[in-house]
Formats: sequence, C-alpha cells, structure tokens
Amino acid sequence: MQASQLKTASMRDSFSETLYQLAVNDPRVFVLDGDLATSTKIEKVAKECPQKFLQMGIAEQNMLSVAAGLATTGLQPWAVTFAAFMSKRALDQIQVQIAQPKLNVKMIGAYSGLLTGVTGKTHQALEDIAIFRSLANMTVLAPADSVETAKMMEWANQYDGPVYIRLARDNYPILFDDSYVFKPNKGVVLNEGTDLTIISTGTATSRALEAAKILKQNNISSAVVHLPSIKPIDQELIIEMAVKTKAIVTVEEHSIYGGLGGAIAEILAANAPTPIEFVGVKDRNSESASNEALLEKYEISTKYIVEAGQRVNLRKNSDFN
Amino acid sequence: MRRIYMSSNNTLLEEKSKAARKSLLKVVHHAGAGHIGGPLSAIDVLTALYFKEMNVEPTNPYKVDRDRFVLSKGHSAIGLYAVLAEKGYLDQKELYTFDSLDSRLQGHPDMKILPGIEMSTGSLGQGISAAVGMALGAKVQDQSFRTYCMIGDGESQEGQVWEAAFIASKYELDNLVVILDYNKLQQYGWVGTNTERAVPNDLVEEKWESFGWNVIRIDGHSFEDILEGFRQAKLVKQKPTILIADTVKGKGISFMENNYLWHSRIPTDEELSLALKELDESGDL
Repeated sequence: MQASQLKTASMRDSFSETLYQLAVNDPRVFVLDGDLATSTKIEKVAKECPQKFLQMGIAEQNMLSVAAGLATTGLQPWAVTFAAFMSKRALDQIQVQIAQPKLNVKMIGAYSGLLTGVTGKTHQALEDIAIFRSLANMTVLAPADSVETAKMMEWANQYDGPVYIRLARDNYPILFDDSYVFKPNKGVVLNEGTDLTIISTGTATSRALEAAKILKQNNISSAVVHLPSIKPIDQELIIEMAVKTKAIVTVEEHSIYGGLGGAIAEILAANAPTPIEFVGVKDRNSESASNEALLEKYEISTKYIVEAGQRVNLRKNSDFN
Repeated sequence: MRRIYMSSNNTLLEEKSKAARKSLLKVVHHAGAGHIGGPLSAIDVLTALYFKEMNVEPTNPYKVDRDRFVLSKGHSAIGLYAVLAEKGYLDQKELYTFDSLDSRLQGHPDMKILPGIEMSTGSLGQGISAAVGMALGAKVQDQSFRTYCMIGDGESQEGQVWEAAFIASKYELDNLVVILDYNKLQQYGWVGTNTERAVPNDLVEEKWESFGWNVIRIDGHSFEDILEGFRQAKLVKQKPTILIADTVKGKGISFMENNYLWHSRIPTDEELSLALKELDESGDL
C-alpha cells in the first residue's frame, strides 16, 4: 500500500502513553525532563504520575549525569529532551558516565532530524545517529511509526544498558500493526523487489515506501528494508539484499555523513561491494521552514529517493559503477 | 591554619593519611605519571570519609545500604586509590600498577573495574551531578544511605557544577554532602597566584548559600574540623551541605605546598627521598 494512503498517527502521543505506562507499572522507571514536557508530551507523566517525574530544568548536561547517578541506585531513568541537545550538549556526560560504564539509562532524542516544527538549525538533529553509533556500548534505535515506537520502548525497558531512541515530532503513516515484534539487530523487509534495495530508518521509511511505488511505475522493482536498529545493525540482511539486488539506496533524515548510509557503506565495503546512493542531508546547515519546503530544499523528499533509485539502477548496469 | 599530625585525638586518621601520602608519592614516582598537588590537598578529607564517616565495607563493596563517595575531581585518583588501599579495597602492591595496561587503577577512576569507585569521573563537573542522582535515588526509594562528593575549586569553573547545585537544592537533598577541596590553585596557577589572570573564585560561601545550600567552612587538614563538618551536615534538614575545606595544594611536603607546578609534576629520585623524609620515613629508595 502506498504510504500516503495509510492512516497516520502521532509518534509523540504513542511515546507519551507508553512512557506513562512504563512509569506506572515499573517501579524502576523515572522520567527526567529538561523543561520540554509540553513539546515531548511527557507532561502526561508529570500530571498523572507526578511521583515518577523529575524536573531537571534547562540543564541537559546535569540531567544526563543525574540519570547516571540514579541508575547506580537501581533505578531506570528515561531522560527526555530534543535530539539536538541530547546528542551534542550532553555528549561528554553520556560518553563518560552512561556509555562507558554501560549504565541503564534510556535516552530519548525527541524532535530528531530536519522536521522539528519550524525551529531551524539550532533545534534540528542531523548528526545524532553518527554521534551515538560511535559510542561503545550504545544501542541506537529509530522507529518508523507510532506502533513501532511503543514496541521499541517496551523492548528498551527490559534491556539492561544504555539505549538512544530518536523520535520524530509529527504524525506519520502507520506501517505496523499490533502483532509487530521489535527485535534489535533485525531489519524488516517491507517490500520485495529485484532491481535494487532501498534501506531506510526512522520516519524516512514511509517516504522510501512511496518511492518504491513510483519506481515500480517506472519498471524498477525496489525492495524496501526498514532498519529500526542502527546499532546493533542487521548486517546479514544488508549483505543478503546487496547480493540479491546488486544496488542500494540509503534513506535517512540525517546527514549523509556517518549515519545509516555510512553504517551500510562500512558493511558493504568490507563484505559485498555494491553501488550505493545516499539520500540524506548534504554537507550544509539547514533553516526553519515548512516540512515540505525542507524536504525539497535539502533533497530528502520522495522525489530524491526515486532519482537515487534510478541513478543506482543505471550504475549497477554500467561497467563503471 | 592548624598543622596536621599534631592532634592527639585522631591518631588512626593521622597514621592513615600519612601512609596514603607516602603511597601516592611513591606510586606517582614509580609510574612516572599522575597528579600530586591535588591528591595531597584532598587526602585528609578522603581519609576521614573512609575511616570514620562513611558506612562502607571493603569486603562487601556493593552492599545496598553503603554510603557513596564520588571523586568529581577525578584527576586526584591516585589519592583515592591510596586511601582505598589503606582501607583494604586493594593490595598495596596493586597501587604500583597505576596507569599501566590492564590496571584497575586508571588515570581517572573507572567504576566498572575497581570496587569502591562509585562513578567514573575525570571530565570535570560531572561527578557532582552523578552524586546528586545518587542522593535523589536514595530519596525517591526511601533508602538511608548518604552520598558524599568532592569537587575542586578549579573544577567549579565548569557550569555543570552549578546546574547540579541548583537541582540538589530544588530536591532538598539533605542526604548529600559535597566537599570543596579549596586549595586555591589549579593546573596553571590561575586561582590564587596571579590576580590579573585569576578566575573569580571569591565569595565561595555566598555563592553556595545563594543556591540554597547549607554552607560550612572547615580546615580541610584538621580531622576535628572535617568530622565536625560531617556531624553538622547531618543536623540540617531539607538542604544539601557543602563543606568548604580550606586546603593546601601539595599539603605535607614543604617544597610542594602552594606551588602549582606540582599539580602533575613527577618527583625525581632526590625529590621523592626528600618528601618521604618529611613524612618521617627514612627516605631510602
């Protein structure tokens, strides 16, 4: 089904409800806010389960270090702020006090990527995948829709160790139903295809599915693989699809440097060299504008995925790919 | 400031801190790496914590109700290791693995490999926040352990220290005691030696008071003062306590005292010998 025809739902609402349930049901779970509870919607926890809500103020470095301290006492803190601040402002704290000691802290990067509600480049996070996946001991996840968000959080809550989950602000097509089971280290084949494989993560997957539909109308058969887990990554499936279709397009709402595309290129270069086209934000800073305008200007809309598919399909059939 | 080693009431503490001073000097000399000035200013407080104040058991280092200590000024690690060795967390001879490959005694403390280390530190400003998290964790779980944390005055230039101060006050963490190792020197001597280049470091008491803390000023080399500070901290409710410990960088070794060059300088054989003699040891290497 074309993603644009699917029903949409708010990832934030799903996140908020799931975190509320975890806070109510798991005595270890505490929610730390960096004064963004209305944006991230963790206000539900604050209002309905206030004893599990810890307001850390606008001080992300302290918030993540406090989370580390809480974790040493047997608690399971969920620290929530925008992905931009989580990945950059609090990075040293996360590395030294959470990743290196492998403490049980769950880090939510809300408002990741480019589409952050006309906030501009200070609030956009186009480097968080690259940053987090370079940290030893770190698990890096990015759900495609509201259903996967909830499933992923439930998994993260029973996993013992640091987890970073990158969330999106807006509503996205619902790709999964309640029977979906999230597994780290496992990709999901959403569409079979023979000419090339589009590999995407996070909410970019809904655009990857649309692109596959358009490519099919152009007689290019595209498989679509969704990778909700960027670290650990489903190396086996990536190699299998590269060998089978001999052409790859990577799609992410992230810089083309060091993110999903980089991770896949590393794997394929070492195991199954394959032509790859990278759809992501090029080496430039962004700005505040409507979602549609940003997707076009920064070349990550469905149209650019389709063009990348056409390019890689030509490359795979040329002698100089 | 009162001289250490003169009091008759705290013989054990005096013996232990003197032994730890000797150890850290010998280890840094042996390793050819490490810090000296800061550990020497910190070591009397550390000794008082581990031998008198804190509920800890080296043979049961992870018992749930243990008191916690975080060395936020992580570069004074060798001072802490020396005290932990005196306490029995590790053998004296293991001290000499300090800074070498596969050692549990990393240049900066690593909580995952050495029992007794409650938080990995070294990047300044972070340990106090983790200590706030520990104290907050005790509060919300109704646990009775207390959390202690030592910060440096140079470290207090990190903004995160004040972020932590704000939150500790907001959550009324009366189970948290921070000790400021106020030796008034840092690596390049900024705090007290050159007023033109000095980072503002005055009004320390007023700053912490304005953040809502219970502030107690002590002589950080007087065991009576240190222990009295800990005692008074327990009497104050709904406020975290900071002990502003006036200390001397390089304390105990005359030619190291108040000389910022000894922040991380390695003593020569002759200097080590002289230093040990000042600590009543023969000085033979």
